[in-house]
Amino acid sequence: MEHRYDVVIVGSGLAGLRAAIELGHSTRVAVLSKVFATRSHSGAAQGGIGAALGNEEEDSWEWHMFDTVKGSDYLGDQDAIEIMAKDAPRTLIELEHMGVPFNRTAEGKIAQRAFGGHTRSFGQAPVKRACYAADRTGRVILDTLWEKALQMGIRFFNEFQLIDLIVDEGRCCGVVAYELATGSIHVLHAKAVLLATGGAGKIYKTTSNALASTGDGMAIAYRKGAPLEDMEFVQFHPTGLYKLGILISEAARGEGAVLRNRNGERFMERYAPTIKDLAPRDMISRCILEEVRAGRGIDGKDYVHLDLTHLGEDVIGKKLVEIIGFARTYAGVDASREPIPVQPTCHYMMGGIAADADGHVIMDDKGTIFPGLYAAGECACVSVHGANRLGCNSLLDILVFGRRSGKEIRRFVQSAALPAATPGLQQKYAALIQGMLAKEGDISYGQIQAEMREVMMDKVSVFRTEKGLQEAIATVKALKEKYRRIHIRDKGRLFNRELLDVLETGYMLDLAEAITLGALFRRESRGAHSREDYPRRDDGRFLLHSMVRLDQDGVPQLFTKPVTISRFQPKERKY
Amino acid sequence: MECTFIIARFDPDRNPQRYHQRFTVSAEPTDKILDCLIRIRAETDPSLAFRASCVHGICGSDAMLINGRVELACQKLVRDFKTANNFVIEPLPLFAVLKDLIVDLEPFFEKFRQVRPYLITEGEAPELERLQDPQKQKVIDPALRCILCASCTASCPISRVNEDYLGPAALLRAFRYIFDSRDEAADSRLVQLDSEDGVWGCKTMWWCTDVCPKGIPVTKCLGQIKRALKDNRARK
Repeated sequence: MEHRYDVVIVGSGLAGLRAAIELGHSTRVAVLSKVFATRSHSGAAQGGIGAALGNEEEDSWEWHMFDTVKGSDYLGDQDAIEIMAKDAPRTLIELEHMGVPFNRTAEGKIAQRAFGGHTRSFGQAPVKRACYAADRTGRVILDTLWEKALQMGIRFFNEFQLIDLIVDEGRCCGVVAYELATGSIHVLHAKAVLLATGGAGKIYKTTSNALASTGDGMAIAYRKGAPLEDMEFVQFHPTGLYKLGILISEAARGEGAVLRNRNGERFMERYAPTIKDLAPRDMISRCILEEVRAGRGIDGKDYVHLDLTHLGEDVIGKKLVEIIGFARTYAGVDASREPIPVQPTCHYMMGGIAADADGHVIMDDKGTIFPGLYAAGECACVSVHGANRLGCNSLLDILVFGRRSGKEIRRFVQSAALPAATPGLQQKYAALIQGMLAKEGDISYGQIQAEMREVMMDKVSVFRTEKGLQEAIATVKALKEKYRRIHIRDKGRLFNRELLDVLETGYMLDLAEAITLGALFRRESRGAHSREDYPRRDDGRFLLHSMVRLDQDGVPQLFTKPVTISRFQPKERKY
Repeated sequence: MECTFIIARFDPDRNPQRYHQRFTVSAEPTDKILDCLIRIRAETDPSLAFRASCVHGICGSDAMLINGRVELACQKLVRDFKTANNFVIEPLPLFAVLKDLIVDLEPFFEKFRQVRPYLITEGEAPELERLQDPQKQKVIDPALRCILCASCTASCPISRVNEDYLGPAALLRAFRYIFDSRDEAADSRLVQLDSEDGVWGCKTMWWCTDVCPKGIPVTKCLGQIKRALKDNRARK
């Protein structure tokens, strides 16, 4: 089937939905998603969304900006961070007006709580900045925005897998998609395409991410020549449920929970004397692993305890309902009486498709744009999170930049003509899928995924070394060779999940390579990227964004882009 | 340990008949039922079709019949069942099966759209947030846990005998907006539900409450809609 729209948005999480709402009244917009819209991974966000509303105590956007810059280990672009911090209060009011059921203060305002790395007076003490709806903040915002999109009559293509971007003479003019239910190819011609495809946590063995978080949009843009930025920065959330990686929100610590080692010691007091258990995620993940290495994990194993037992029924019953349920269901733990076993879990990609604050995908260090192609949300790197994202800045990022992308796209499509439709695409891609199904091979996607996840977890997670990274790059390259021999056993047309698994495996291998190349390049420790052989931050050599782009032969090439520093000069990062 | 899974299969593209297929899979007591299905697909039969995404009970993709009862496959562990490691897995009832465990939820979402599932207000919004008494918000709190998994509607006996009945999930969303103190369309929402296809279709059979994987007291919420309708009549 062929379709024509002004704008195609790929991804129905919060970035995609927010952009669609911005565009829905004035342009013909379609939202395409590999899962039904309300299944998007934005819905798994628990703890909150940051904004200096000052509803609970004094706060200012400048403090929020400073915390974000410092949290990013000074790698975030300060012009973009300023935009985000300033726009945050407006964003929250807008969400409330749309109907998001935030928790309330006694006087009826949006309630706020403390969160990791968010402080008052430039680092003096924790501040209540995270606006929340119990511990299901992402889910209720997703529901509200989806319902708004329904009200506006926005067209959804649910359960459609993005296969490729249509690029003609350097301009993006649509997408090719595969309909899961029927196995048919759909070609969507458009003036502009917004990628809002989310993260890629499934590259790692232990992750809080959904099965769908396989980095499809990042990999496809990369294959079309767009650079990926700062890919080495992968966030490991400190409190994933032991063995499972299911997220236990930072909101628990925001409400007063503490981490303890096998001696019952509140060990974060030693590492971050000022804000303790509310230190940023990169730091706490490292501290947990340090405790484990020193033999102070629980029973000498590779996890520690998250203790909520002193919080009381009121806090647990009203504000942390979901995570209490997760602990009970999956770990058999009654968190009101006993501590929850936790360990770091792959959670978020700070890196992504290089994009500016208006969503343009950019091609080089000078900001040259990729005409017709936009990116927002976790798949994009604007960069507001730099080397480490603060909790509750992700929901903010995707809503602020989802909206801004929508505005910019509207401006663009009002003046741009619909590009001439490239003929024959449907047949071409149908033949490509047929070819994949018919191909003989001897390796299953499962084998390749297992090896990739193992090596990335082992060598490219919280702590990294030259030797380990070299081993990882060799393994990933060998897996890319093996991928050529991959075999699809299911030849069916309807809901052929194996075909998708195979496509996703290819995307993840490309991204695993980009992550590892970035990690090899960056011979310093900054934010979530911790090189044991280069334990210090090196601003002289590496206060730069790493960029990786495929050359004409499909070989990844590294280059760099300067960091924008406007208000806050780099300083040592202590908490 | 070894587990036996008897799974309902259907692929209209290859075979118009439905059938059941037996698989054995090794699993730990703490594995989720979803883990077992993923393993069967990866190791034995890649054509086995089911929906899943977040794998921890928040996206609402994987409601299905497990041993005859509607459950989320990601929220039930092998050890939760006293069935000697035997499992029968079937698609959600009520809806048309598209393939294996995947059903067509379009009719479910169509009912959902009918209840105008969005905040309706009149006039200009204030400059800042609308104030809301936390005690008033507490009323709708249980309904905010809904993940649209369709477990309740699929289990509702009335939904099976009256295809025009809105069903518990759509009514629960209506409840969420009727009792949201910010919403200004409660009266017209109530009028819309004042019929056998609306809230009076509910005969208090408790299945929705019983199967809800998020523990929402659905029947009680629907009861509050009924009470509001009765109060309105009494006032007139």
